[in-house]
Amino acid sequence: MENRAIVIIDYGAGNLRSVANAIAKLGYQPRVVNSPKDVLAARTIILPGVGAAADTMAALKKLKLIEPIKQVIAENRPFFGVCLGLQILFDGTEEGGWHECLGIFRGRVRKLPAGLKIPHMGWNQVKQKIAHPIFKDVPDNANFYFVHSYYADPEDKSLVAGETEYGIPFCSALAHKNMVATQFHPEKSGEHGLQMYRNFIEFARQAK
Amino acid sequence: MLTKRIIPCLDVKDGRVVKGTSFVQLRDAGDPVELAAYYYRQGADELVFLDISATPEGRDTLVDIVERISKEVFMPLTVGGGLRTTADIRRMLNAGADKISINTAAVLTPNLITGGAEKFGSQCIVVAIDAARVANDSKPRWEVYTHSGQKPTGLDAVFWAKRAVKLGAGEILLTSIDADGHRAGYDIELTRAISEAVTVPVIASGGAGNLEDLYEALVDGKADAVLAASIFHYGMYSIRETKEYLAKRGIPVRL
Repeated sequence: MENRAIVIIDYGAGNLRSVANAIAKLGYQPRVVNSPKDVLAARTIILPGVGAAADTMAALKKLKLIEPIKQVIAENRPFFGVCLGLQILFDGTEEGGWHECLGIFRGRVRKLPAGLKIPHMGWNQVKQKIAHPIFKDVPDNANFYFVHSYYADPEDKSLVAGETEYGIPFCSALAHKNMVATQFHPEKSGEHGLQMYRNFIEFARQAK
Repeated sequence: MLTKRIIPCLDVKDGRVVKGTSFVQLRDAGDPVELAAYYYRQGADELVFLDISATPEGRDTLVDIVERISKEVFMPLTVGGGLRTTADIRRMLNAGADKISINTAAVLTPNLITGGAEKFGSQCIVVAIDAARVANDSKPRWEVYTHSGQKPTGLDAVFWAKRAVKLGAGEILLTSIDADGHRAGYDIELTRAISEAVTVPVIASGGAGNLEDLYEALVDGKADAVLAASIFHYGMYSIRETKEYLAKRGIPVRL
């Protein structure tokens, strides 16, 4: 029944269609939702994102999705945050002043160091810091597509599943219990990106 | 390390790719969807689609094309040509484009840059600048042209690039009108002037004739990405051999 449905949270972010297309390409059924009820009913959840963190938080708040998202994470349901979907898991972001985020993890989202072109835009390598099912059949240091100006700086470094270098090394993938999140866009990262979604869905299927 | 991007550009007119149909491997090289999939398999880093039909019908066709491409091709797509309002931008993004490129409309209504950046984020607003060298000036200087390079604006290209970024552009797609179509190399001086003037990535365009030209735009021109049309469309070089050449010369690329 619902098991093949992958719920994608829609709060008006631009790239949601690409995520849905990637999931459909893998033979699963993307289900795009924006109501608290549908999020709470979800078994496997993807939170995509692009743009500014404060806008994302404001949009989620308006749709009354903050508490449902916190709840599905607290219940350890399989969850994949993409780009801003990674950043807003932290206490807050320095983007456009200080904006509080979901506070699932301790740490803040900081601006990438000056001196390099911002946004960090293009394909960059992800160094795998831990063995995780999400990396199955994905070579270490494979290239993924990034586009962002801020990065998450977790206090607990054991969350870091993948690291990327742009002026500084930063957390480009994280994993915790049944959650994963990436700063890069798997839906824009060719075959390796699709493989990560495939891995996540398989990981979610086996998750308890 | 961030790699340099190699970007084929497809000009689309009334739903067909114009320029370059020498792909023996393809059933229909004029079909943008098939060509996009071909470049995706070859390892292009991004694709740019420019609608040159500049009619409402042409644009409707392009929306449909972008929708079809984004189901098959999982790489960044930039779409431009005749987008004038944030509603136009939204339509392309909803169809599956990651970035949109605005040129004439950005010059005529700079608010479109700000409005687009506020609504959808700077990262998806590419300001395309067509510039031509101003002759007989003591110091090199370039003027911005609009309407497909037909209409001089009096705007200085470096000034305009900086202003576009201040208004919210997340990337500059820079075309040298003088070099475009001549396959004699990019305007390196122009590319470097713009790249050094702005904090966002710059895509160099116009003039690629061989692989050395790409190398020079990236190294001497300090571009973050290079765009080319004919050298790829006419099969002079594959994306793969382009990247192997650049890698051999020490440029970080995604192979």
